[in-house]
Amino acid sequence: MSKRLSVPKTYKLFIGGAFPRSESGRTYEVSSPDGVFLANAAKGSRKDARDAVVAARAAVGGWSGATAYNRGQVLYRVAEVLEGRRAQFVDEIVAQQGVSTAAAGAQVDEAVDTWVWYAGWCDKYAQIAGNANPVAGPYFNISVPEPTGVVAVIAPQDSALLGLTRVLAPALVAGNTALVVASEPFPLSAISLAEVLATSDVPGGVVNVLTGSPAEIAPWLASHDDVNALDLTGAGELDWVELQIVAAQTLKRVIAPEAGPDAAAPHLERISALTETKTVWHPKSRV
Amino acid sequence: MSFLEYAPAPESRSILDLRDEYGLFIDGAFRAGTGSSFETISPADESRIATVAEGSEADVDAAVAAARRAYEKTWSRMSGRDRGKYLFRIARLVQERARELAVAESLDNGKPIKESRDVDVPLVAAWFFYYAGWADKLDYAGAGADPRPLGVAAQVIPWNFPLMMLAWKVAPALAAGNTVVLKPAETTPLSALLFAEILQQADLPPGVVNIVTGAGATGAALVRHPDVDKVAFTGSTGVGREIAKAVAGTHKKLTLELGGKAANIVFDDAPIDQAIEGIVNGIFFNQGHVCCAGSRLLVQESIHDELVDRLKSRLSTLRLGDPLDKNTDIGAINSREQLDRIRELSRIGEEEGARRWSAECEIPASGFWFAPTIFTDVQASHRIAREEIFGPVLSVLTFRTPDEAIAKANNTPYGLSAGIWTEKGSRILAVADKLRAGVVWANTFNRFDPSSPFGGYKESGFGREGGRHGLLAYLRSSATVKAGAQK
Repeated sequence: MSKRLSVPKTYKLFIGGAFPRSESGRTYEVSSPDGVFLANAAKGSRKDARDAVVAARAAVGGWSGATAYNRGQVLYRVAEVLEGRRAQFVDEIVAQQGVSTAAAGAQVDEAVDTWVWYAGWCDKYAQIAGNANPVAGPYFNISVPEPTGVVAVIAPQDSALLGLTRVLAPALVAGNTALVVASEPFPLSAISLAEVLATSDVPGGVVNVLTGSPAEIAPWLASHDDVNALDLTGAGELDWVELQIVAAQTLKRVIAPEAGPDAAAPHLERISALTETKTVWHPKSRV
Repeated sequence: MSFLEYAPAPESRSILDLRDEYGLFIDGAFRAGTGSSFETISPADESRIATVAEGSEADVDAAVAAARRAYEKTWSRMSGRDRGKYLFRIARLVQERARELAVAESLDNGKPIKESRDVDVPLVAAWFFYYAGWADKLDYAGAGADPRPLGVAAQVIPWNFPLMMLAWKVAPALAAGNTVVLKPAETTPLSALLFAEILQQADLPPGVVNIVTGAGATGAALVRHPDVDKVAFTGSTGVGREIAKAVAGTHKKLTLELGGKAANIVFDDAPIDQAIEGIVNGIFFNQGHVCCAGSRLLVQESIHDELVDRLKSRLSTLRLGDPLDKNTDIGAINSREQLDRIRELSRIGEEEGARRWSAECEIPASGFWFAPTIFTDVQASHRIAREEIFGPVLSVLTFRTPDEAIAKANNTPYGLSAGIWTEKGSRILAVADKLRAGVVWANTFNRFDPSSPFGGYKESGFGREGGRHGLLAYLRSSATVKAGAQK
């Protein structure tokens, strides 16, 4: 009896809730560390990046306007669905990174737990980051955090799933939308995560995933007028100082590169770096 | 004499005891600069006030070195309680010398004495008093337990609120345990130099605060200095961009408080008398030299004509003239350069088709002056609706629906402040949510308080000044909190 022939997946981009191929028609070969062909990933172009910005911008109103309770439930749903597809992610990580099944399992588990941790922040963050301000006068005065808008992210390059999760989840907590350039050598988990997001009630456009060359795509994101923040966590190998200089032209909020296993470790500052503080005043009458 | 004519009531300048020439305040003492010098003048009559040193690169280097020494040897090792006591002392000394500081500020800046006396200087004292109390409570600031200062802070401030901007920068920096090198604006160094004398009276350890006067080159040398850990700048978006580029790739933490083009939205159900006063305060306070000024008035179409008529009659009662006169509402434009810019943009406003109206007032023979001015028939594409004029010029636009008002208000690369005028509470909250601006004043405008965070969205900069958030801009957390799984 012959062995069953498997049905391999075509890995495409994730933009505006859909899975298009790169408009450029380009792909690049993804292989295991010992050279076994795994897939042809889409090689995202400048135009794909710009399309992703448009999709992300269009999604800001809905996602930031959703209740914090709702965003929390959606992010928790991501954890649930990811947990349910644990075996698939373990296999993909083993294939791409060449790590042991145990190490891959630990990576998936930590990614799931990270989604759970950030999901819980959605309806608490404003209470920690906001303030009632006791101004010296008859005024009601309150400060609240708000999302900064569209966040462009260069994901950690040395981790297939956890690195991506650590930069993506905190960006979503306060209501930002994101476009993330996945790890160039390990892009397959990013697209599989996009499938999780697409089936977890994350509205289309809230997360957009580009695979390809960060060196090629990042400059277009750094200079894009409609991107509010640039997370360069995974850009350590690029000319990230130049990217930061380009981003200064539109005064983007910039997160500097981080390296090693603790890169982008879960922290409240990951959320606050991508928020703005709004302070509202209103007079009180003399009754 | 009509009821609008008042006898002159100038505040006496005799309270000032100014030196003819000022050096740089470095390491606790005044010293001569190694570069050139320049004169600071009164914009109300162009008379010379004093000669001031223009800090050279060597001077900046000496100031940063003094700040570094003070940080390593004294200030970062001092208890929060003692740092706080120094700040309380400074707050009290500012209060004791309040009149003198107000007169100096109005003389050097051109702002009406009633504003420097009742707004600027009281807020300076309040700012130090507020942050003084934080110095020994940093564990509660929200940066985790035992947060650490950043080190040496380079601070560059503008000319519109010279001493107040100094207080906004210096007070939180010192409370958090940083030391400071501050560069006042070229045209308004005087009150910062008087403040240096206050630091001497407070016996603040040498080098904790250093004041280096000068122009753009001095500021550029300061923010680019490699031994600086924090850069805080208030000023134009253009310069802010250059600073953001200059610190790219460094470890320097950055706070930028930049330009604005705030929408002041008046709905048809607004409390109209209050709104008129708020609009006037919003754009004519401090001659409109305010980054958060309500320079774009968005009026619901149905009340446009009535509102503009009432605004014009209110503006006709404003008194323009001697900044030191206690009855003056509108003082002098701070510099000839700024006056030229206001005139240029106003001329362009007329050329582009907006209708100009200026209050009739007597313009003094010398000095820099610009009558309160309103442009109506302004289109969103006009330069006077898009660019920061930074003067007493109001651009009036109209809207029909709340959605249109929000869209127009947000149609700017800036995002510093905004105003809402309506009696409907639910509408205030909904509109406030949708305005992309760091400060939203509802049924009021241009209110400031040390406990209230201030700062912008988008190209108005980032970071906050004031309140707990303002303190965080000068702290780093000492520990990394791991995800719940590890807890």
